[in-house]
Amino acid sequence: MSTLEIKNLQVSVATEEGFKEILKGVDLTLKSGETHAIMGPNGSGKSTLAYSIAGHPKYTITGGSVTLDGADVLEMTVDERARAGLFLAMQYPVEVPGVSVTNFLRTAATAIRGEAPKVRTWVGEVKEAMSALSMDPAFAERSVNEGFSGGEKKRHEILQLELLKPKFAILDETDSGLDVDALKIVSEGVNRVKGNSDLGIMLITHYTRILRYIKPDFVHVFAAGRIVEEGGPELADKLEENGYAEYVTN
Amino acid sequence: MSGLSTTNYLTPSGREEAWRFTPLARLAGLLNADVALEQVASFALSAPQPGVTLESKESEPYSQTTDSATIRARSAVTHAQYLTIAANAEVNDPIVITRTGLSGSAPQATRLQIHVGANAHAKLLIENTGEAIVAEEIEFKLEQGASLHFISIQEWAPKAVQLARHHAIIGKDATFTSTVVTIGGSLVRILPTVEYSGQGSFADLSGVYFATDGQHLEHRIHVDHNIPNAKSRVNYKGALAGDKARTVWIGDVYIRAEAEGTDTYELNRNLLLSDGARADSVPNLEIETGEIVGAGHASTTGRFDDEQLFYLESRGIPAEIARRLVIRGFFSEIVSLIKIEEVEERIMVRIDSELDKVGK
Repeated sequence: MSTLEIKNLQVSVATEEGFKEILKGVDLTLKSGETHAIMGPNGSGKSTLAYSIAGHPKYTITGGSVTLDGADVLEMTVDERARAGLFLAMQYPVEVPGVSVTNFLRTAATAIRGEAPKVRTWVGEVKEAMSALSMDPAFAERSVNEGFSGGEKKRHEILQLELLKPKFAILDETDSGLDVDALKIVSEGVNRVKGNSDLGIMLITHYTRILRYIKPDFVHVFAAGRIVEEGGPELADKLEENGYAEYVTN
Repeated sequence: MSGLSTTNYLTPSGREEAWRFTPLARLAGLLNADVALEQVASFALSAPQPGVTLESKESEPYSQTTDSATIRARSAVTHAQYLTIAANAEVNDPIVITRTGLSGSAPQATRLQIHVGANAHAKLLIENTGEAIVAEEIEFKLEQGASLHFISIQEWAPKAVQLARHHAIIGKDATFTSTVVTIGGSLVRILPTVEYSGQGSFADLSGVYFATDGQHLEHRIHVDHNIPNAKSRVNYKGALAGDKARTVWIGDVYIRAEAEGTDTYELNRNLLLSDGARADSVPNLEIETGEIVGAGHASTTGRFDDEQLFYLESRGIPAEIARRLVIRGFFSEIVSLIKIEEVEERIMVRIDSELDKVGK
């Protein structure tokens, strides 16, 4: 049983007009096996939360803490956070020309597991995970994310989730840009990983659509840089009906 | 040349557009009118192959040039080497040419002409290694329907100086592919240039260069769309690391008024790995007709893409390994075009060792 604990997290980002505070004190605790949906309007700071936890250099932590089983995540480098068991499925996965998917996956798995995966079992493991996500085997030889369609990029993120087996996964707008079939395949992938492990999930989304496939245990409404309401799955139904209007003050 | 002072014409002052980036003081006499260039037959076929012959003979150049180094080489060389790939030949194994007779102690000149017969298909690899101070010209003539993949690898010793022109004349429905890899040498200046002699022809020019401390690596592409319905693609990538590492990339594409139906695109990307390095990148498209399929160019010079590094690191890959992956990927995009596995591997190993030296 692991715990990811976010306490009073405050984050700023440098803009042309100076530092701008995006997160204004976020409190959130995730435990293994739990799925938390973070829902909120555009610009509320959801993605900032995701990237701050992963350690993107663009964001400056101005206060609060993030700990994983007591260890100070904010003190860790980006790669250390991943090796500690955090995974961020990105909304816009980055293209890395000339680096094949195979090479990338193997390098990442070697780093995360602390030793190179055995060639014989590894090839099978990758093949199986790819086929479960309906990915063409030819993908393995392509450059990371280069020329991938939106759906292919998201499947590739979930493929990494399957292979790297983190303790906690942050899925940042994984549903955006997916058609119905792709959303199903990606959601099934997430559910499969969860079924096979004790994965804790922070599911960041604007829409309730993905929650039909990935059932949250908790729903948190995010607005203006903090969590403004919390509840169970029924809160998502309410949002579906009423939208975010009541949380947004202009 | 009449009316011009020959001496002045052949000895650039450094103010000429074509020479303004080149450190003339490091040319070791190659362009010094008072120094005679020694003629040398420096291209050696590493293994005989059916349909392929190499001989030395008096042979007029295929093309015209205004390049001072080439003019000097032509006047010094009475007997060019002449490589023939017979018409209809299907040469399955790469034709490998190594260098011989280059001393590195005095300026030399050498010329090679390559005739690719109609409907012949071959791959030709020239491996440049060792010491050299050389002005050289390689001319290609591709007859109708021929295809040649020319790979030129500059793995020269650290003091080598090379001024080279690679000029291809591409016949009807013929394809000339070239991949230029420049890693070694002190000063390397290569002119990959192309003209067309028949429609439906295609020039696919790619290259990669990696300059470290004090190296000057210069590539000046010139594609002359002198006939209708020909195609060209240019894709060069370079990386620089270390103090006074210097690269120059010029991409001149000229679409003449008669060259309707031209399809061209050129691209140059430079990756600066440390301070003190300088990359010049000058794409230049001159268009005299609007009746074309397409014409475009792009050029970028920059440091590491932080988003790429973040992506890799967020998968647990340590920063140094992530950097190495990105750099190797940057090069391998071009190196993988060679399609000769042991050569690709050797180049990547060489790039790795250069990276180790500069501590990246």
